[in-house]
Amino acid sequence: MSNLLCSSIGKKLLMSLSGLFLVTFLVIHLTVNSLLLFDESGDLFNAAAHFMATNPLIRIMEPLLGLGFFVHILYGSLLTAQNNKARGNDKYDSGNKTKDVMWASKNMWVLGLTIFAFLVVHVWQFWVKMRLTGDPLLDHTHIDVAGVETQVENSYALVNATFSQLWVVILYVLGSLGLALHLTHGFWSAFQSLGASNNIWRKRLTVVGVIFAWVVGIGFSVIAIAQFLFFQS
Amino acid sequence: MDNNISLDLKIWRQNDARDKGRFETYHLDAVSPDSSFLEMMDILNEQLINEDKEPIAFDHDCREGICGMCSLYINGRPHGPDDDITTCQLHMRRFKNGETITIEPWRSAGFPVIKDLIVNRSGFDQIIAAGGYTSVSTGGVPDANAIPIPKPDADEAMDAASCIGCGACVAACKNGSAMLFVSAKVSHLALLPQGKVEAARRAKAMVSKMDELGFGNCTNTGACEVECPKGISIANIARLNREYLCAKMQD
Repeated sequence: MSNLLCSSIGKKLLMSLSGLFLVTFLVIHLTVNSLLLFDESGDLFNAAAHFMATNPLIRIMEPLLGLGFFVHILYGSLLTAQNNKARGNDKYDSGNKTKDVMWASKNMWVLGLTIFAFLVVHVWQFWVKMRLTGDPLLDHTHIDVAGVETQVENSYALVNATFSQLWVVILYVLGSLGLALHLTHGFWSAFQSLGASNNIWRKRLTVVGVIFAWVVGIGFSVIAIAQFLFFQS
Repeated sequence: MDNNISLDLKIWRQNDARDKGRFETYHLDAVSPDSSFLEMMDILNEQLINEDKEPIAFDHDCREGICGMCSLYINGRPHGPDDDITTCQLHMRRFKNGETITIEPWRSAGFPVIKDLIVNRSGFDQIIAAGGYTSVSTGGVPDANAIPIPKPDADEAMDAASCIGCGACVAACKNGSAMLFVSAKVSHLALLPQGKVEAARRAKAMVSKMDELGFGNCTNTGACEVECPKGISIANIARLNREYLCAKMQD
């Protein structure tokens, strides 16, 4: 066990497990965000945000999520550096004309970098304000939770105000598209690295992965665009 | 012959492992489209010898696609523009009259160039020596059905065993990874009862040698499978991952 994480397959195991963990995070994130599409008042979203901010399980998962991102980015960069070294300094003069290789699969690190750049802005715009510095827009509001009036932070106001700026919407759409491309390869690849794939399951996982990737990518994009176009008062 | 073609050949020349190397362009007239790619190389070398120049060094042996000796990265693809064949099975009818063909050696840190188009593939031999065998003699060909093996397993083992170790997978891989080769060698033994006994030890030893020799980490692009002259499937890589992780968990 001790030297497992020094081996190539061990490092990829970490990439796979952290990647799948981040996929579950995306599912929860998108589910909560989708509430933004159905509710003009923002009460639904505020209730969900309040639940996420106060639920002890989510509080435990938050540092784990940070660790997941850290491991995925660290090992992704480490493996990319090793792979560049293994490729060697001499490049093919006639390029690479191998057909049927997914573009995303050859550019996972660049796509990851795009997502990371987006993530820095995203964390700055929301997480830092909600969890650390606070923001005047987050002033308390009252919503009805199961018949009980509860005081919550007005997260919706912050979201709504942030997405009133066109550059933010464009950035978020670009980030989501980068994420979608990253997932088109990453999803099935995670299972392959775990060994949970064969000729039949590879086809199934690829199809599921591509569908999942575009649901996530288009989902987040549509929410940002809808906030900008239809939910500004 | 009317349909003979003339070609410009842009070929990598390198005196020895330490030489920097360079491309040189040669012109060849009246090449029969029926000749094989390596016959074309022979014709070129004959021409060079007649001009008192040094012939181009390239690997070749059986010239029928089973020994794994020929290599050559031709016009951006290992083993050239055809699918599922080795360079020796490539024919000149695949090229157009007046075309410039770029011929390069396999390129990867794991395969350093020895001379011209020949690379050192002894890394593969070292990986095999690390565990790609059964330690005891398992006898001659057993009687049919003496050892029951499910047909799908037998088929998959045979498919994996068709790997000729040419190194096209490493040459095509953007990571210079040898995972398709190692996975084929681990799979064809792990699937059969004679090889299963040592499967865990074999997977660990071969992967550890592969890492030690500086081959890259697989990122599942699938380029190896596309370029493999024997069509080895990357399902074998999933099996290798499985075998290796299980073996490590048992430790």
